[in-house]
Amino acid sequence: MLIPVVSVLALAVLAPGVHRLAPRTAGLLLALLPVGLTLHFARFLPTVTAGGSVSERHDWVPALGVQLSFHLDGLALLFTLLVTGMGAVVLAFSNDYLGHHRGAGRFYALLLLFMASMLGVVLADNALGLFVFWELTTISSFLLIGFDHEREEARAGAQEALLITTLGGLAMLAGLLLLGEAADTSELSTLRTRGELVRAHPRYLAFMLLVVVGALSKSAQVPFHRWLLSAMAAPTPVSAYLHSATMVNAGIYLLARLTPVLGGTTEWSATLTTVGAATMLTGALVAPAQHDLKRLLASSTISALGALTMLLGIPHAAATQAALVLLLAHALYKGALFLVVGMVDHGAGSRDARELGGLRAFMPRTTLVAVTAGLSMVGVPPLLGFLGKESLLDAVLRAPWWGLLVTVVAAAKMFDVAAALVVVVDPFFGRSGPTAHAPHDASPALWLTALVPAAGGLAAGALPGMLVEPWVLPALRNVGPHVEPAPLELWHGFTSTLALSVATVAGGVLVWRQVPALRDLRARWGGMAKWGPGGWYPLALRGVFWLARTQTRALQTGRLRSYVFLTALAAVGLVGGAALTRVSAPPLTVSRPLLPHEVVTSLLLLSGAVFAATTTSRQSALASLAVVGLAASLLFTFFGAPDLGITQVLVDILTVIMLLLAFRRLPGFHKLTSLASRLRDVAISLALGGVVAVLLLAAQRIQVAPAISSGMVARSVPEAHGRNVVNVILVDFRALDTLGEITVLALAAVGVHGLVKLRTRMPGRA
Amino acid sequence: MNVILRAATRFVLPLLLLYSVVLLLRGHHHPGGGFAGGLVASAGFALHALAFDVAHTHRLVRVSARRLLGAGLLTALASGMLALFRGRAFLTSQWTTVRVPGLGAVELGTPMLFDLGVYLVVVGVTLLIVMTLMED
Repeated sequence: MLIPVVSVLALAVLAPGVHRLAPRTAGLLLALLPVGLTLHFARFLPTVTAGGSVSERHDWVPALGVQLSFHLDGLALLFTLLVTGMGAVVLAFSNDYLGHHRGAGRFYALLLLFMASMLGVVLADNALGLFVFWELTTISSFLLIGFDHEREEARAGAQEALLITTLGGLAMLAGLLLLGEAADTSELSTLRTRGELVRAHPRYLAFMLLVVVGALSKSAQVPFHRWLLSAMAAPTPVSAYLHSATMVNAGIYLLARLTPVLGGTTEWSATLTTVGAATMLTGALVAPAQHDLKRLLASSTISALGALTMLLGIPHAAATQAALVLLLAHALYKGALFLVVGMVDHGAGSRDARELGGLRAFMPRTTLVAVTAGLSMVGVPPLLGFLGKESLLDAVLRAPWWGLLVTVVAAAKMFDVAAALVVVVDPFFGRSGPTAHAPHDASPALWLTALVPAAGGLAAGALPGMLVEPWVLPALRNVGPHVEPAPLELWHGFTSTLALSVATVAGGVLVWRQVPALRDLRARWGGMAKWGPGGWYPLALRGVFWLARTQTRALQTGRLRSYVFLTALAAVGLVGGAALTRVSAPPLTVSRPLLPHEVVTSLLLLSGAVFAATTTSRQSALASLAVVGLAASLLFTFFGAPDLGITQVLVDILTVIMLLLAFRRLPGFHKLTSLASRLRDVAISLALGGVVAVLLLAAQRIQVAPAISSGMVARSVPEAHGRNVVNVILVDFRALDTLGEITVLALAAVGVHGLVKLRTRMPGRA
Repeated sequence: MNVILRAATRFVLPLLLLYSVVLLLRGHHHPGGGFAGGLVASAGFALHALAFDVAHTHRLVRVSARRLLGAGLLTALASGMLALFRGRAFLTSQWTTVRVPGLGAVELGTPMLFDLGVYLVVVGVTLLIVMTLMED
């Protein structure tokens, strides 16, 4: 399974070249690979139907025990076929839709990159592998939403999607790592057998919520749903592929995948059904009032994703089965409808429901696709959408809290039906509206590819036993409790489910007739959206910027004085704090009495320091600092460190020269600070000196491991051919450190050079 | 005073440079090394620049300070790369013994080359800073 993923990645690299060689047919050519992969993966259907699965593992980071492992079972196969199948459709559709765009090569490459990542998500067995592919889908989605990066709207939409889904992804990573630790495995296929262990874990709630947040953000659930609407800035094929058929289903996939591990508890059911129902209702209520058909479809997608989450929360085999059927039905009809909107946009020059009308006469083929997919969305037999809706209603009626849920689902479904009517009836039937140019129908390559998923929904709905059960039932076994799945049939007799189904369609027609009123309502109260469930995002974004600005302003004052102050304060606070709480006061032991010359040198050092701090002349301060340095180098030499002594003397000399030269450029000495702030600085300086002194004394007594120095002394002559161990450490044992240090030194010198030269060249800014 | 400083510099600078090379070469067995040697040489050049002027020192050194920096970094890097040709890890020291007439067996190793790189970088850094500050 590594080969399919890698082959798609390789094709992504080649895609711009293919487009350059064959600009008119690149999309069709590139679609051959996903078609081939669909056939390749379809061969596993018998294995999976028999309850089998296929595994494959490769070493990835062997030192950390991370493997790149893949596992193909029923659930993975359902999603894999969706990814490759819809991928082929969308690539082929893009050939005529975007092939003339100057960025078409980049577009194909990104679409294929996404396809490879998404295949990785659904096939990965290792939790870390899953996470990596998951983030890759986020990144490719970011790049695809921002494809028209010259538009402000596209950039903002891409950023929003990236931030929200990455936030969720990080939560998911934390959850998966904790989960892996609790169950002692990071292989999902092993994890599913250890559900008992996980659910009994004291921190179960924490990692369940973390993983669920990741899944919910990816699948655009309340309160993360807003990004999906902003993502509509992407080219329409992207919306069809990523933002309705595949990527947004990744969250649903993860929830389904982890149901055997995390599911079945009250917390799980309560979270998923609450969030799912809220999302289903939120998305549906706003959908019909949207006049931009893409945003309308996106709202309806949010609603459908809510329904899927809710169904996964209902602890009943029928609910899981309904989720999988609905997922399939939704991917097919919503993908097709997005493509229809793309064709309308192309053919009539608008996708505004208020302007479009009567296109049936100009675009008969597009109308055919729209009606087929739209009827599935409404839920009319014998389309797959009908089966999906039936299973949804049936599952909700069996749910423990069915009273409330049925009300929510019925209301949401009515609005969804109205939304479907807005997409299908308003633009194609009714009065023709004013359009920019005479509408023309889509080219065969467009409408035929768009017809594939729409017709797929029809065929699957008509022959569910042949076309749906082989996909869905094996997947069901990987998710649900071990209950025999119910056969999928169009006709169940006159049941309450059927009555409810008919009622939602009738209600939907009524809502649809009120759509102009809904639009008025939206126009009048649209400003209230910032108080709605998605309103936190702009606030949070502004909050982050405010925080960044404020703390930058507080810390980066541009004054050297305050940098030194803050650094010293932090050192005293952190190191001193730790020293106070962890280190007992070291006894001041003296191994031998101090000799007179040592005492004199120390006093010289001390008086030099005091003079440097109190004098008002820079030159005298510098001279007395030189005294401090020379006295220190004497002390080094007294105590057996001649190398250090030599270096200290030399550094001291050069520092004095450099500072003297730098002082020439400074203005005269002025006292700019108040007495209070100088006293404060004295206190901090004394504290810093004290902390360092205590630390040095304490370090003498602390021996965590055998001293490294003795080993180095012993190895110096035999291994490094040198008797001066200090130098041997610098140029041999720790040569890499030295290499880094001289690089830093060189950079600093270049920096000084640049700063001085810049100031000389721009005297006005000095 | 300038006259005295100049006269003294003429004598002291060659001695300082010689001493810096001695420090560089003896560093492996006795106190010294590329860092200290480089500092001594830089101090000598700084003295020269103070006694005469920057243009004079430029003419004396001939190579620009930035080139010295680059040469030093490349030398240090190259001394580490030599180990790679023998299939050892980067910066592993490599030694060989050479018979020099009059001196007997002399041990030569990549750490000495590395030290030379350090020497050049230190000279380059101080020269660059000092000369930049002294100009104009």
